[in-house]
Amino acid sequence: MSAIDPVHLAGLVRRGDLRGLARALTVVENGGPEASVLMHKLYDPSPASRSVGLTGPPGAGKSSLADVLIAHWKSRGRRPGVIAVDPSSPFSGGAILGDRLRMQRHACDPDVFIRSMGSRGHIGGLASSTAQAAEVLAAGGFDPVLIETVGVGQGEIEVVSVADLTVLVLVPGLGDDVQMMKAGIMEIGDLIVLNKADRPGMDQLETVVRASLEFVREGRPVPQVVKCSVATGEGLEDLFSKLDDLLSSGRDFEAVRRGRVRENLLRVAAEQGTRFALELLERSYGIEKAVDMVLAGETTPYEIGERIAALSGRAPV
Amino acid sequence: MGERKIRILIAKPGLDGHDRGAKYIARALRDAGMEVVYTGIRQTPEAIAAAAVQEDVDFVGLSLLSGAHNHLFPEVARQLSARGASDIILFGGGVIPDEDIPGLKTAGFRAIFTPGASASEVVEFVEKEFEAGATAGTRA
Ligand SMILES: Nc1nc2c(ncn2[C@@H]2O[C@H](COP(=O)(O)OP(=O)(O)OP(=O)(O)O)[C@@H](O)[C@H]2O)c(=O)[nH]1
Ligand SMILES: [Mg+2]
Repeated sequence: MSAIDPVHLAGLVRRGDLRGLARALTVVENGGPEASVLMHKLYDPSPASRSVGLTGPPGAGKSSLADVLIAHWKSRGRRPGVIAVDPSSPFSGGAILGDRLRMQRHACDPDVFIRSMGSRGHIGGLASSTAQAAEVLAAGGFDPVLIETVGVGQGEIEVVSVADLTVLVLVPGLGDDVQMMKAGIMEIGDLIVLNKADRPGMDQLETVVRASLEFVREGRPVPQVVKCSVATGEGLEDLFSKLDDLLSSGRDFEAVRRGRVRENLLRVAAEQGTRFALELLERSYGIEKAVDMVLAGETTPYEIGERIAALSGRAPV
Repeated sequence: MGERKIRILIAKPGLDGHDRGAKYIARALRDAGMEVVYTGIRQTPEAIAAAAVQEDVDFVGLSLLSGAHNHLFPEVARQLSARGASDIILFGGGVIPDEDIPGLKTAGFRAIFTPGASASEVVEFVEKEFEAGATAGTRA
């Protein structure tokens, strides 16, 4: 068999074959037509599995929280999955994927699946295929699926449109919390976790966070706030129960899903459109030839763009 | 198909807690454009193999200074094949006497790097093996 026959892999994912699931994630991550076939086979617009985004600044304790959340959900008989994204080097394209390190005690558990991803140049705090990877884990029977973003600064909030719920993790003493407030970042969390309560500065952080919640836009739900420390265990039970309440609440996941399906559609269309347009450019001019023409002053990129658009209108679909 | 990156898991089985060498190799592999899952110190062979399967890596690199390599390295190989993952290429490094190397190779280790080896030797090994595997079509 071909190692990447996507139809075969989809079957393995549905049957709960862990090696097949891992291979499927690689196919999705590498993209291309095989990934499209696989996602088409596994597609479920309203999956039973829930996804939870975990975001916040570098080192806030996202992976450590993922570790205790896995343990908690396991104790409730659930099968948690994790997609953990770390930044890829902009220089080499390589990455050190270190999130797993904090969750590695669950490695041998067949009812826990952890997968690391490099962001591979995608901005927004995720990799471009993270949403699909989470869907593959859901199709493999994992629920809930945690999505840990790279450590984010101000505007990388793509996870909000990918996950059913988003947890924002903040810690005392970063000093740049104000940056997050300014960017309206407080609105991304359904739940705001103030971690490292064992460290000084917690009261101050809480004051700033609560004050900034008053600036949440009209009509938006105000996120709940929990204080905890993964190091001491303090506040974790409160976090678990608040998060589980949110997950099981009659919250309007349909609206989230609709938004996600729309984004999915737009993304797939944009990818196909880009590929199609680049092919047209290559076939009708040749990219380097077009560059020569622009440099020689014969035309401009804008004129070429318009011609490509006109050509695509006539091209058979 | 799209971009295909080399994925590698670097782990330290056994009890010694010195991971400078492992981290140094991990960084060198990253700087060569590879994705390196680092699982840290004191890993059991089972946990290493299970993580390698979930991460769908092409290579597993083990580092060990404590001298238990003759037991732990082959055990990782066994755990991988028990999970149907014996196609993952194994290499190892650390304080390993020359006379132990043939036995580890028989156990499935494609290369053993001793303390004199440079990071670029490891990178070259990985690139060459990956290229060979890709042409042979064992991994797509
Ligand atoms: N004191 C204290 N340290 C903590 C707590 N939670 C996590 N840490 C430590 O904070 C450091 C970073 O934790 P991670 O869980 O890796 O943080 P992260 O947000 O996943 O980091 P990135 O993925 O690199 O952005 C580690 O050394 C943890 O042990 C806590 O409640 N208190
Ligand atoms: Mg992390």
